[in-house]
Amino acid sequence: MAAVQDGQMELDAEKETKPEILSDGTSNLSGNTASGTLSSSPLTAAPAGGAPKMEDQQTLIAVLQFLKRNKLTDSVEILRREAGLGEDQEDSQATDGSGGGKGDVDGGDANSLLSRVSITSAAAPQSMCDSPLMFMLSAAGADDQPDVSVVLSAYSQQGDPSLYQVYYSGLKNFIESVLDCHRAELSQLFYPLFVHMYLELVYNNHENEAKAFFEKFSGDQECYYQDDLRVLCGLTKKEHLKGNEVLLDFRTSRFVLRISRDSYQLLKRHLQERHNNQIWNIIQEHLYIDIFDGMPRSKSQIDSMSGSLAGEGKREVNKAKVFHGLLKEPEIEVPLDDEDDEAENEEGKPKKKKTKKDSLGSKSKKQDPNAPQQNRIPLPELKDSDKLDKIMYMKESTKRIRLGPENLPSICFYTFLNAYQGLTAVDFTDDSSLLAGGFADSTVRVWSVTPKKLRKVKSAADLNMIDKESDDVLERIMDEKTASESKILYGHSGPVYGVSFSPDRNYLLSSSEDGTVRLWSLLTFTCLVGYKGHNYPVWDTQFSPFGYYFVSGGHDRVARLWATDHYQPLRIFAGHLADVTCTRFHPNSNYVATGSTDRTIRLWDVLNGNCVRIFTGHKGPIHSLAFSPNGKFLASGSTDGRVLLWDIGHGLMIGELKGHTDTIYSLKFSRDGEILASGSMDNTVRLWNSMKAFDEVETDDFTATTGHIHLPDNSQELLLGTYHSKSTPVTHLHFTRRNLLLAAGAYNSQ
Amino acid sequence: HQSSTGREERRFAEVPRESIKLMAESTGVELSEEVAALLAEDVCYRLREATQNSSQFMRHAKRRKLSVEDFNRALRWSNTETVCGYGAQDALPFRPLKEGELFFVEDREINLVELALATNIPKGCAETMVRVHVSYLDGKGNLEPQGTVPTAVQSLSEDLLKYYQQITRAILGEDPHLMKVKSVSHDLDQLNRLLHMVKSLVQNPYLYLGSYVRSLVSSVMYCILEPLAASINPLNDHWTLRDYAALLLSHIFWTHGDLVSGLYHQILLSLQKVLSDPVRPLCSHYGAVVGLHALGWKAVERVLYPHLPAYWANLQAVLDDYSVSNAQVKADGHKVYGAILVAVERLLKMKALSLTLAAEGSSAGLPGTTTGAVGFRENSPGLSPPPEPLSEPPLGIASHLQAGGAGCQWEEWTPVSLPAMYCELYSFFGDSLAVRFSTDPPLGGAPPPGPCQPLEGRKEPASSAPNLENTRKMPQLTASMNISPRQDGSPRMEPQPPSLAATVPGRSLSRSSSSSSVSRSRSSSSRPGRSTSQSRDIFPKSRFPLPQAGPPAFSFIIGGRQMGRRCLGRRFQTSFTPTPPLTTLPPRAYAHKLPVIGRVSKPVRRWTCSHYSLHLPL
Repeated sequence: MAAVQDGQMELDAEKETKPEILSDGTSNLSGNTASGTLSSSPLTAAPAGGAPKMEDQQTLIAVLQFLKRNKLTDSVEILRREAGLGEDQEDSQATDGSGGGKGDVDGGDANSLLSRVSITSAAAPQSMCDSPLMFMLSAAGADDQPDVSVVLSAYSQQGDPSLYQVYYSGLKNFIESVLDCHRAELSQLFYPLFVHMYLELVYNNHENEAKAFFEKFSGDQECYYQDDLRVLCGLTKKEHLKGNEVLLDFRTSRFVLRISRDSYQLLKRHLQERHNNQIWNIIQEHLYIDIFDGMPRSKSQIDSMSGSLAGEGKREVNKAKVFHGLLKEPEIEVPLDDEDDEAENEEGKPKKKKTKKDSLGSKSKKQDPNAPQQNRIPLPELKDSDKLDKIMYMKESTKRIRLGPENLPSICFYTFLNAYQGLTAVDFTDDSSLLAGGFADSTVRVWSVTPKKLRKVKSAADLNMIDKESDDVLERIMDEKTASESKILYGHSGPVYGVSFSPDRNYLLSSSEDGTVRLWSLLTFTCLVGYKGHNYPVWDTQFSPFGYYFVSGGHDRVARLWATDHYQPLRIFAGHLADVTCTRFHPNSNYVATGSTDRTIRLWDVLNGNCVRIFTGHKGPIHSLAFSPNGKFLASGSTDGRVLLWDIGHGLMIGELKGHTDTIYSLKFSRDGEILASGSMDNTVRLWNSMKAFDEVETDDFTATTGHIHLPDNSQELLLGTYHSKSTPVTHLHFTRRNLLLAAGAYNSQ
Repeated sequence: HQSSTGREERRFAEVPRESIKLMAESTGVELSEEVAALLAEDVCYRLREATQNSSQFMRHAKRRKLSVEDFNRALRWSNTETVCGYGAQDALPFRPLKEGELFFVEDREINLVELALATNIPKGCAETMVRVHVSYLDGKGNLEPQGTVPTAVQSLSEDLLKYYQQITRAILGEDPHLMKVKSVSHDLDQLNRLLHMVKSLVQNPYLYLGSYVRSLVSSVMYCILEPLAASINPLNDHWTLRDYAALLLSHIFWTHGDLVSGLYHQILLSLQKVLSDPVRPLCSHYGAVVGLHALGWKAVERVLYPHLPAYWANLQAVLDDYSVSNAQVKADGHKVYGAILVAVERLLKMKALSLTLAAEGSSAGLPGTTTGAVGFRENSPGLSPPPEPLSEPPLGIASHLQAGGAGCQWEEWTPVSLPAMYCELYSFFGDSLAVRFSTDPPLGGAPPPGPCQPLEGRKEPASSAPNLENTRKMPQLTASMNISPRQDGSPRMEPQPPSLAATVPGRSLSRSSSSSSVSRSRSSSSRPGRSTSQSRDIFPKSRFPLPQAGPPAFSFIIGGRQMGRRCLGRRFQTSFTPTPPLTTLPPRAYAHKLPVIGRVSKPVRRWTCSHYSLHLPL
């Protein structure tokens, strides 16, 4: 597959005049890893940004060596050239040199919509996190290339293995003896130190010491690290280190701790007094201590933010400006008023509504200060049918019920019966007319939930017969004989983990374990394109709210941005340390949020592929994300049964909603954003007062600089209702345009 | 190789090096200790890793259960060969083996021929579909608020409420809707769990159940009698459920007899109703029979026995129907047949036993009887009838004994005397009934030289050492003694001795050969009137008492049968079915038609012509 792609790539590259042909190298690399094992981290997971110069050089050398060994001479040459260019174009060098995972992988095509991107990306700010760089090195290390591991040599240093316990307990004693205010902060050190010391022991073949060390201190670690500890405890041999992803992350990424300056000084003094070099070395090499000035944080503050695989996000990561405002609604010349008048006249109402509508329209014409430029991301032009749909949407929204604590939505439950195959994903169209289900038996099924049956377009021969000039040509092309309530789409060769309708309801996307994303036509009910690139299970996919683009994320730890007419991804969002489990578009389509098994949420800029936000705080893999309709907030649900609310603009956690007892697989804001609905494996739908949650925070005078939040524990006040289904896990939630809540799930007879 | 260890892995068990070595040997590789140890460790790790990897497939499939498919996917993605053969959609039941800490995956044998020739071809699964309903209108449930506790529970204190929630969750899982037994009738596992809960409730000495026992009893009755939805599928083992429920019922009556006193009669009535209702499915009938059985032999005598003639016609019609479509029903019919047999058999035994005990009680005096009664209770609690809450004078064994009157009381309410009863039952069951008794392992340690000896040996300890008579074994001794006579002693011959106490020993003698007169005289202290020697010629089966002395626990065997190991009993029965050729046969109209359950009638015929001695090796 890689070869085929390469060929096409080169063709494309020839058409291109751009210097960045690095996509070639990328596909080589990805092709290479695809043949490897699950455990070898995909190399496409290239860093999204720069790193210190020295490391960069080393990396380049290592990568070159790796490529040479694998006889990828083309890539070597390209990389050389790129590295050479790097001297001239400093900014792009980091990107290119590290594997070209960045925004320039346009699929080579003369991308009409994103053509400006390569220029802007050069000027884009350096990415915030250097961990991906290390991470990539680890990928090379996983293949056990000796020359590369020289560069790595993560745990080469040797201390006396028998003294590790002494070191650790010495530090433990010290931390337990310090003042309360420092203790909580310094306690953060325990877990990363524990893991690194243990790994060091294992790496240096001190199996028994490692076991004893684990026995003695694993009980001290925070409960939310249990999952990782379980992985750790099974690992006692150096050979095991090679293939273990979780461990690789640890060895190669820096665990980020936020510690106040006072606490840090205290620690430093202690370690220097004791000449405790072992621990100091680990701190220097494997931890990143983000020192801030000010009051040390409390235990609860720390706990709310920690829990991710690689510590907290660094503060500066979340400082990039995010344009979270909504785009201006296109002005539609509305014949709607007339129709609306008629409708209202029928109902005998005065024509007051008209003025109201105008005000509504004018509101959207005002430019939100936080909104991105209208054409920051090129968006497809509206077709006539889209405009009609917008009109429908506006008409519907006038009939929308205003929700609130006193006025809760009605819930309709769509129960999948006889879903022996296992329902894995559900999606509704925005107008709630179609329902799609992805199943573990590789099928995708589409249902019409309105009386209107699903029909295919007539065959080509029949289409020739019809009169193309007639007014009802759109009706005539449909084949009545094929009308049915549901259609089955066959094509995948593995469970379908994600489905998403296009906004215009003409297409359906599905992502599957077979490593592909497929685009289906809902006119012919056939597969149009299979997007290959992930090579590993693709856990989720979603269409952009404006169509055309879509994002997918999978086991290869990257999220990819695609355009439906490109077979190569436009962007690769790399940085997560584990599977990307869910992907969501920001309402303005300029950003993509991804949730991951590494227990972080990242927000990516579609324009330049940068990671602009890292949210930590979940204690389990994140399985659901939802943007608030105004684009300001993000809600995330995870296996730990908690929903966390995030302020995108400030990059802060602003709420924690506790109540669910199992994984939250679906989150949805009501159309106006007053209510957040969450659906879970525990067979309940819960409604939360999101307005209140947001308001309370906004009145808070938090300083975005420290990023320290103090969350009120008010889940119970915010919980508006808990609604049980009948043995049916809630897989998907959807608010209709009138704010009726639709839930979907498969009845589980056990 | 991995499949076998894969199961262990889920419990995070270590794979011992012995297993590794065994597996290696099975493929013809000899491994040294160290290699095996290293390999074991690595296998452990790899399995654990694969399991951890597989869990993400489970999460993304939005399931709670890790499936074999998930595991295989993880293996596939790590370039390992997948494990085939475990891909069945439904969960593999993990069964514990009570004896020994053994757990195993149930692996039913599938008869391919049967499967291939099956006429009821499954229609395939129903179409996947979507149904919508408005669950909550304006945020308020249009149903009763779900997930809340039933009103009966709401008045409980905080702690109790928590307890309640814990229990319901533990038993019913997460679904709050399964609060009533009826809603789970499709799920035998659930019902089983419920029954176990009831059992533990009943057994909890710190719990005063009070009036709740009644509701418990009604739930248990439900399990016994109801034609559960699950019964439709012959693969579901609802029989065990019914057996267990019946046992539980007797247990409740035993331990909480005071609380359920009023219910006894009611239950008898309902059981009777079910039994006499031909419309009910056979599984209900089966439940009724085991229920009666569980309630003690008196219940059997009072309800089942009088109904037997009427019921027999129905059952026989079922059993005689050899058409293929009837196969399933017929199998059920056999079940019922077996249950009736067991019940009736014990009825006879117990009846005889009660007679003897009565006789003994009158002769041996108070101390002997009391200990005997105690011993009886302790040894066979399931067998002895519950303390009777009947309106009639208390008729439990103990009371019966204490009354001391030689068997006069039961005559008042059982119109049928033991021999007559046996006679009639024999007409139904034929040899399969008679043979039953012969299979009971005789007691006594003395290696018997002749077929008569075991009987002698049995009697010896009781009579030769008079103090032994008071030991706990005594009732068993008498019981087995009484049983053996009945086996061969077909009552038809007996000229119906006036005192029943006399008949029993008489029949016991009939079993013994001529030499047994000595033993008879020895043991005669407790048995006054046994004499009739003619019977022994008539019942040559008497030679059958097996020479090998089983443990003195015949009651367990019966109990075992009752508990659902009837097959065991049946096996015995088929090998021992000689028809007494010399007897003046009773009206065996039904017995001829009835196929003997188990190995059918062939062996019977063979044995009739052959010599019995051939059979002794058993």
